[in-house]
Amino acid sequence: MKILVPVKRVVDYNVKIRVKPDGSGVDLTNVKMSMNPFDEISVEEALRLKEAGKADEVVVVSIGPPKAEETLRTALAMGADRAILVETEDQVEPLAVAKILRGIADAEKPGLIIVGKQAIDDDSNQTGQMLAALLGWVQATFASKIEIGDGKATVTREVDGGLQTIDIKMPAVVTTDLRLNEPRYASLPNIMKAKKKPLDKKSPADFGIDTAARLKVLKTEEPRGREAGIKVKSVAELIDKLKNEAGVL
Amino acid sequence: MPILLLADHDNATLSDLTAKALTAASKIGGDVHVLVAGKGAKAAADAAAKLSGVSKVLLAEGDDLANNLAEPLAALIVSLAGTYDTIISAATSVGKNVLPRVAGLLDVAQISEIIEVVSADTFKRPIYAGNAIQTVQVAGAKRIITVRTSSFAPAASQGPLAAVEKISTAALSSSLSAFVKDELSTSDRPELTSAKIIISGGRALGSAEKFEEVILPVADKLGAAVGASRAAVDAGYAPNDWQVGQTGKVVAPELYIACGISGAIQHLAGMKDSKVIVAINKDEEAPIFQVADYGLVAGLFEALPELEKGLR
Ligand SMILES: Cc1cc2nc3c(=O)[nH]c(=O)nc-3n(C[C@H](O)[C@H](O)[C@H](O)COP(=O)(O)OP(=O)(O)OC[C@H]3O[C@@H](n4cnc5c(N)ncnc54)[C@H](O)[C@@H]3O)c2cc1C
Ligand SMILES: Cc1cc2nc3c(=O)[nH]c(=O)nc-3n(C[C@H](O)[C@H](O)[C@H](O)COP(=O)(O)OP(=O)(O)OC[C@H]3O[C@@H](n4cnc5c(N)ncnc54)[C@H](O)[C@@H]3O)c2cc1C
Repeated sequence: MKILVPVKRVVDYNVKIRVKPDGSGVDLTNVKMSMNPFDEISVEEALRLKEAGKADEVVVVSIGPPKAEETLRTALAMGADRAILVETEDQVEPLAVAKILRGIADAEKPGLIIVGKQAIDDDSNQTGQMLAALLGWVQATFASKIEIGDGKATVTREVDGGLQTIDIKMPAVVTTDLRLNEPRYASLPNIMKAKKKPLDKKSPADFGIDTAARLKVLKTEEPRGREAGIKVKSVAELIDKLKNEAGVL
Repeated sequence: MPILLLADHDNATLSDLTAKALTAASKIGGDVHVLVAGKGAKAAADAAAKLSGVSKVLLAEGDDLANNLAEPLAALIVSLAGTYDTIISAATSVGKNVLPRVAGLLDVAQISEIIEVVSADTFKRPIYAGNAIQTVQVAGAKRIITVRTSSFAPAASQGPLAAVEKISTAALSSSLSAFVKDELSTSDRPELTSAKIIISGGRALGSAEKFEEVILPVADKLGAAVGASRAAVDAGYAPNDWQVGQTGKVVAPELYIACGISGAIQHLAGMKDSKVIVAINKDEEAPIFQVADYGLVAGLFEALPELEKGLR
C-alpha cells in the first residue's frame, strides 16, 4: 500500500505573529517557517506503518511557493520516499487544496491519505474532510490511534466527550490529532540523503484546478488585547478579590 | 431562503452549544430550521423546538445516524441542502467533522469558527491561534459555517413551540464506516464549554494522582469544570477532552483559574476571552501572568489546598 501525506509550510508554532498595521494581513517577512506540526505527526505515522510492513511507499506532497520544497525535504529526511511540489504563489483555500490533492490521489492511487487535522496558521480544519468528500472515500478525523487490518482500519478519534472508535473501509482519509505519536527528528546523515531523493514539480493547472479564492478577506486585525492585572500576596487576598472586587465567587 | 442549523445532541439531550450557534444563525437573518439527526432523538428535537428563533425542527432518525458518522450525516445534509442558502453548526467535534465534507460535496468554501456576524455574508474569524482576526466575505450563493460558541450567548428556551417534522432517511445507507465504541468521560461536573467557572491544571501537577488530589477538590467546592493544558494531557494526567487551547476546547467562562500552566500561545488561544483570569504559578515571569487579572506567585501544592479550605 502507498500512503500519501500532504504537508504544509506554515509559520513556526513558537513565533508570535504580527498583524500588519494597515490591516492587509499578517507580516510574514523574515519569520521562521516550519512544517505544520500536525503534518509532522502524519509523516511519522506513515513511516511507522511502513516500518511495520503495512505500507511500502510514503509520498509527501505540498502545495505552495518554491520554498515549500524545504518542508518536503524535511519530510524526506524523516524518511518519506518521494515528494511532489505543486507550485503556486496564490493563497490556496482548503477546497482548492483538496481538489489538487484529489488530482494527485487519482494519479498515485494511495490506499491511505493521512492529513493534519488543522494547519496552525489558518486553523480551518477542513482539507481532509473535503478531500474525502471529493474522492467519495470514508473519513476518520482527529485520530489518536490507527490500526490497519485487511482492507480496513480501526481508528480511535478524539471527540468532545472523550474518544470514539470506528471501523473504516480502505481506501480512506485519516486526519491526525496531537496524541497519535511523537514525531522523530531527522538525523544529519538523513538530511544529507534527503537532498538526493526524488522531488517532482507540478502546477495547479496540471490538475485543471482553478485556485481563485471563493472568500474575500476584507481586513485582518489584532485581537482585543488583555492587560495584565495585579499580583495578590496570599490565597486569602485572592479569595477576597474574587468575591468583593470581581464578584465571580 | 431559510437557514439549516445542525443540532448537537446525544439523542436524549440537546447540547446548549446548539442554542449558542442559533444566536449566530439568527443574526445572519431568515427562518432557522434545526436538523436533529440521530436515533431515538425525539427528546432532543422537542428541546430544539422550544428555542426561540427556531421556526421548524427536522427530525431524521435511523441506525446510520445513531453515532454521528460523517458519511451518512453528510449525505443527509446534502439531500436537504437545495432549499437552504446557509448551513451552519456549532464548531463541535461533530460539526467540525461533517460540515467540511458537506462543503466538499456541494463545492462550496467553508468559513470555520466564526466569532462575529458582521452582515449576512461577512464574518469575523480568528487565525493564527487567535493572534489575528480576519473579516471574511463570502461570494456565491451558499454559505457553510461553523460557529465558535464561546463568542455567542445561548438563545432563550421559551420560544413558541416550533413544529417537529419527521424526514425520511431511506437513501442514506453507507457501508464505508461502522461504529465500534464510544469511551466518553462521565462526570457530574459541568461541561467545559458551558461552565461558569473552570479550574485548569498544567504540567506542574506531575501525575494523574496529584491532579486529582489538588485540582478536583477545588473544582468540587466551586462547582467548576476541569480543564488541562496539552502538556498535562499528553503526559496522561488528564483525559484528552479536558484540553483547552488552539487545538482543544475554546472556553470563555466567568472565571478561569490556571494552575501550573505557563501560558503558551496555544493555551491562551483557548481561554483568553474568559471574563476573569486567575493564574497560580511559582515562576513570577510566566507568560500566563500577562493575561491574568489576579496572579498569585506560589507553589500550587500549597496554594490549592489552602484555596479549597478558604472557600466556604
Ligand atoms: C479567507 C482566506 C484567507 C487567506 N489568507 C491567507 C494569508 O493572508 N496568508 C497565507 O499565507 N495564507 C492565506 N490563506 C491560505 C491559507 O493559509 C491556507 O493555505 C488554506 O486556507 C488552507 O487552510 P488551512 O491550512 O487552515 O487548512 P486545514 O484544513 O486546517 O489544513 C489541514 C491539513 O490539510 C493539509 N494542507 C492544507 N494546505 C496544504 C498545502 N498548501 N499543501 C499541502 N497540504 C496542505 C495539511 O495536511 C494540513 O495539516 C487564506 C485562506 C483563506 C480561506
Ligand atoms: C500544534 C500545537 C498545538 C498545541 N495545542 C495546544 C492546546 O490546544 N492547548 C495547550 O494547552 N497547549 C497546546 N500546545 C502546547 C503548548 O505549546 C505548550 O507546550 C503547553 O501549553 C504547555 O503546557 P503547560 O503550561 O502545562 O506546561 P509548561 O509550559 O511546562 O508550564 C508549566 C508551568 O508550571 C509552573 N510550575 C512548575 N511547578 C510549579 C508548582 N509547584 N507550582 C506552581 N507552578 C509550577 C512552571 O513555572 C511553568 O510555568 C500545542 C502545541 C503545538 C505545537
